[in-house]
Amino acid sequence: MPGPGASDAQSDPGARDPVLEVEGISVSLGGREVLGEVSFYLLPGQLTGLIGPNGAGKTTLMRVILGLQAPTAGRVTLAGRPHSSGRRPAGYVPQKVVLDPDMPMRARDLVALGIDGHRFGIPLPSRSRRQAVEEMLEAVDALHLADQRVGRLSGGEQQRVLIAHALVSRPSIILLDEPLASLDLRSEQEVVSLLARIAERQKIAVLISAHEMNPLLPVMDRIVYVAGGRAASGTTEEVVTTEVLSSLYGQHVDVLHVHDRIVVVAGADPGREPRSGA
Amino acid sequence: MGQMSTLVFAPGFFHSGAVGVAVAVGGAVAVVSACVGVFTVIRGQSFAGHALSDVATTGGSGAFVLGVSPLTGYVVLGLAAAAAMDLVGIQRARGRDVATGIVLGAGLGLSALFLYFDTTMRATTGATMTILFGSMFAISSSTIPLIAVLAAVALGVTALVYRPLMLSSLDQEIARAAGVPVRLVGVLYLLGLAIAVALSAVTIGAILSTALLVGPAATALRISRRPATALALASLIGVGSVWLGIVLAYDSFYWPPRGHGWPVSFFVVTLVFVFYLFTEARVLHRLARSRAALARLAARFAVHRQARIQAGG
Ligand SMILES: Nc1ncnc2c1ncn2[C@@H]1O[C@H](COP(=O)(O)OP(=O)(O)O)[C@@H](O)[C@H]1O
Ligand SMILES: [Mg+2]
Repeated sequence: MPGPGASDAQSDPGARDPVLEVEGISVSLGGREVLGEVSFYLLPGQLTGLIGPNGAGKTTLMRVILGLQAPTAGRVTLAGRPHSSGRRPAGYVPQKVVLDPDMPMRARDLVALGIDGHRFGIPLPSRSRRQAVEEMLEAVDALHLADQRVGRLSGGEQQRVLIAHALVSRPSIILLDEPLASLDLRSEQEVVSLLARIAERQKIAVLISAHEMNPLLPVMDRIVYVAGGRAASGTTEEVVTTEVLSSLYGQHVDVLHVHDRIVVVAGADPGREPRSGA
Repeated sequence: MGQMSTLVFAPGFFHSGAVGVAVAVGGAVAVVSACVGVFTVIRGQSFAGHALSDVATTGGSGAFVLGVSPLTGYVVLGLAAAAAMDLVGIQRARGRDVATGIVLGAGLGLSALFLYFDTTMRATTGATMTILFGSMFAISSSTIPLIAVLAAVALGVTALVYRPLMLSSLDQEIARAAGVPVRLVGVLYLLGLAIAVALSAVTIGAILSTALLVGPAATALRISRRPATALALASLIGVGSVWLGIVLAYDSFYWPPRGHGWPVSFFVVTLVFVFYLFTEARVLHRLARSRAALARLAARFAVHRQARIQAGG
């Protein structure tokens, strides 16, 4: 079997050191191996797509990186040093965050919790805190939403505020789990271009999971494709090929380029899984 | 002016020691319940409050049988139930329903038995009255230090977990990723909740104790957009309801049936409800406005039709 991880790193632009290295991670859940020997790395200033069908293990992989899920093998190295459990310098926007419309919390309160929400005790009002919050809201084009209740914002607006919350502590990595799911086309494009801009301007590594890669194609520097419990990483051209994906899925799949879109179809029966691109 | 004030405050109101104690204890308890209650409503854990108040009923009635103070019964069983709830796992919606249901049934069954013993063995209805309606005007000076300590602990715990609790109420995964010990924070909060319910049971009775917990908080949450305002407003509504309730209960000695005051808890709970209706009134108002607009439209249409019919005829 051609090791899917083997294609990694050939297209590396060079000198920059990875901020995150995932090496040979395996995870078992409920006695079943969900991920096996997953390896990839993230570079500062780059946007990486974590692509795979539903149930492939994208959320699980993010939880391992965050230290919320213990792997059965392998290790995660952050900025050159292996980390133990505890607070990690990664921002996180989980999949499907449901914000209660009656929650007494304005967008600025939510972002402020990104600075010191893990601390015990009552916060004292501070000018620098307020300034950091407003800067971050500005960076995600949500300053005008600062005094609105978060639960009453639209899906796309909530997503931007959650991104500001994840970024305000100035992490070197931000992980976003399916941030485009359940967004309309316009909000989807807004969020995608916003994330590309953040990666570039703030020089942080952005990892975005999605079960559908097409919206990310214009901005994705690298891709980590997960399927069948394995992962392959590299540039889109290297990874999204008939050979690599067939080996991941364990059956023949075709990769079709239709205009600017990529469609992955199972060779025998195009109506069934795997299917990642519509 | 003087007459006006005796109309509101019945004679002797300001000279009664019991009233003074009730005002102080009731006010403190209202603040504790309101602050803890804001999180109860945010976290959607009113059910836990209800289960704890049922258990407090058991604890209070059991305390009478054993001859210890009801507050001790409320607190001991409340804390035990909070620990049990955490073990059963109130995080999961299913586990939480089952846990609440089982605790509730068993708790009320025991309360009935204890109250039966209390009333048959002692031939008084004191226990039942205390459990049902609280004992705001009969707080013994020996329990006041314990009440003060418990109130301070509940408020202290709430202040301690304020931010991590907000974060984990918002989203548990976000909180975990930020390094919040989500389970510990949840347990500390339940501890505060158990104490708030116990204190509330002393003042307005175990069965009604959740009214003071959930009512002011729910009202405040309809109005305020920010956490600090919600806490302040809920406290204000809680204290207002309790103090006004005390005044009315004191006045009610002069209402029929003469010589028997109405239970203060009745007034407190009713006032809490009235405050809630005020926030609802804004909705009613809006509804009324749109109804009026509709009526105007209908009237115009009718006039129009009338004119057409007349023109046609
Ligand atoms: N707590 C769990 N226990 C057992 N299996 C789990 C658990 N959580 C997730 N899984 C399984 O792990 C696989 C990967 O899940 P997930 O990481 O959520 O996938 P994705 O995010 O790519 O949709 C799925 O098959 C899912 O059923
Ligand atoms: Mg997922």
